[in-house]
Amino acid sequence: MRTILEGSLAVAEAVRLCRPNLVCAYPITPQTHIVEELSRMVADGRLDAGYVLAESEFGAASIVLGGSAVGGRSYTATSSQGLLLMVEVIFNIAGLRLPVVMTCANRAVSAPINIWNDQQDAVSIRDSGWIQLFVEDNQEAVDTHIQAFRIAEELMIPVMVCMDGYVLTHTWEPVDMPEQEEVDRFLPPYDPAYKLDPDDPFTMGEMVGPDAYMETRYHVHMDMMEARAVIRRVCEEYRGVFGRGGTGLIDAYGVDDAEVVLVSMGSLLGTMRAAVDELREEEGLNVGLVKVRCFRPFPKDAIHDAIKDFQTVGVIEKDISLGLEGTLCSEMRAAFCGEDSPEISSFIMGLGGRDITVEEIKQVARDLAQNPACRVEFRGLREDLLNGDEG
Amino acid sequence: MISFDDYKDQEPAWCPGCGNFGIRNAFIDAMTGMGMEPHQLVIVSGIGQAAKFPHYVKCNAFNGLHGRALPVATGIRLANHRMHVIVMTGDGDCYGEGGNHFVHAMRRNVNVKLFVHDNQIYGLTKGQASPTSMEGMVTKAQPFGVMSEQFNPLAMAIALDCGFVARGFAGDRAHLAGLFVRAMEHEGFALVDILQPCVTFNKVNTYEWYRERVWKMDGEHDEGDRMEAFKMSLLWGERIPIGVIFRKRRPTYEERNPVISRAPLVEQAFDRSKLAAALAEFY
Ligand SMILES: Cc1ncc(C[n+]2csc(CCOP(=O)(O)OP(=O)(O)O)c2C)c(N)n1
Ligand SMILES: [Mg+2]
Repeated sequence: MRTILEGSLAVAEAVRLCRPNLVCAYPITPQTHIVEELSRMVADGRLDAGYVLAESEFGAASIVLGGSAVGGRSYTATSSQGLLLMVEVIFNIAGLRLPVVMTCANRAVSAPINIWNDQQDAVSIRDSGWIQLFVEDNQEAVDTHIQAFRIAEELMIPVMVCMDGYVLTHTWEPVDMPEQEEVDRFLPPYDPAYKLDPDDPFTMGEMVGPDAYMETRYHVHMDMMEARAVIRRVCEEYRGVFGRGGTGLIDAYGVDDAEVVLVSMGSLLGTMRAAVDELREEEGLNVGLVKVRCFRPFPKDAIHDAIKDFQTVGVIEKDISLGLEGTLCSEMRAAFCGEDSPEISSFIMGLGGRDITVEEIKQVARDLAQNPACRVEFRGLREDLLNGDEG
Repeated sequence: MISFDDYKDQEPAWCPGCGNFGIRNAFIDAMTGMGMEPHQLVIVSGIGQAAKFPHYVKCNAFNGLHGRALPVATGIRLANHRMHVIVMTGDGDCYGEGGNHFVHAMRRNVNVKLFVHDNQIYGLTKGQASPTSMEGMVTKAQPFGVMSEQFNPLAMAIALDCGFVARGFAGDRAHLAGLFVRAMEHEGFALVDILQPCVTFNKVNTYEWYRERVWKMDGEHDEGDRMEAFKMSLLWGERIPIGVIFRKRRPTYEERNPVISRAPLVEQAFDRSKLAAALAEFY
């Protein structure tokens, strides 16, 4: 059914359709609307789930861990500082192989405190063992949440759906909400291979020493490597049922004849599409786009194949590995280990909610067309704040 | 002479009528009354509307992470206990997110003054229940009403033998200023929990609601009697006592720690040769 919803409300509706047994979170901007809406659904009787607002994110993550350990479909949502506070539990959930689904409403991290959007929060925990999917718009957010439960439960690997704070969470857009019967057909009830059960007791979370710890990590890693195929397949199945539903691992736009390829994650792709169209029409500059939807596991081969035939690639990202470059950029370069690689440049933009305009993206493309040399640049800095005169 | 205006900083962005204004006025009254100068103080806060307090009062200020004001304040005292260290923060920040620090700061008895703006709600995130929200209160995130027992910070503090336990009301400036002065004069950790109307998000515990109930208990019981104090701390209903509930002089952490009891760390000389001597043992 087509309707107009705020991103947060659309996500809450998608989560409801997945029939979670347990929803637990702690309020933090810009995630709060999602959980408030889910609580309203529980109150109205539209969602039959255990719901509790925890005393902290550490508590919230631990509560969903517990719910998942006994075999309940469990969901939480957070942002920024909340995600960082959860980190110890996030690693634990992944190591215990519990298929929790989480929404991360992407927001900058402190200090200085900033409640606006960038993607530093989610990118910072890329090594935790969670699948991380970044969505471009609210329709993709809806579709990706429904896929997330399927992927998580099939692989017993938790999934984090990352959506840009405010830009998506607080924006009203038309979305096509799936029907309950369709979702039920796509997402069967959760039937875990293992769970804490008094009738069939076993222990979770035991100490593992040097004799076997490495093998546990190896298993998670190998399953994460396999996950790429599963994410792709689930996406295709979803498309079969619903006629849309995201792009698997990556998506490419206008790359066939591109002189320059730009890469990014999340809602910025929408702005980039507009920039690319204008450049083609108005300036005859052929620019292509690659959207990275799946950030973990990293779609190394897909990315390699998508850009290997180009000379000039620019990665625009709203995060930075301080002292190096944008994280996505580093990883793209690593996809060419030992081979001739395109020139892959890192453009750090939009940190802490700084607007990224169509014109700025066009300028990145023009500059790369002029000078393809591999480099790291901040774009959109305020000169008046750089020379120490102010603040 | 230090005046009220010496403490004024940016114009607060709190809602008109917010209880935080009363707390700010009472605080500045107390500091000027004691002849305390802004540079002698450091105010530490977490995140929340209450935690914006240090932006709105001129002094040394540290605004950190949600829930983590007390450990930062402890660190400041450990490095330099000549500073007067005050934590200004909210009920959610201090009793929820940072609840464990609340317990352990009192056990340690580090000489920090904790002034909690207790509006019984999460104000900054727009109206979810906090640990001190009353049972049954319906919010956007507690649609069935709060189902947990209301947290009682005063009873908890007395149970932990906290040396100064008081409750104030943002609507009684002079009385609250008096509590701040007594807390500052106390040697050791001091808690003042301040009833603070939130005019936007807490429609239950309003100025009127508090005014009908608050009762100045000063002189009505023996502040030094822990059992009497505990009974007093449990009163919450028709009458809600305000004033100093419990007082006890316990040795502070700063007095007991042999390294800093002589002088603050920042004033101690750092002698590298001693370190070399200690390391030499291992070679
Ligand atoms: C780790 C983390 N989680 C959540 C938040 C969002 N947050 C900021 S303040 C706050 C609650 C504030 O409540 P309280 O301490 O009572 O302060 P008030 O605004 O009512 O004065 C929350 C949940 C945050 N900043 N950091
Ligand atoms: Mg509060």
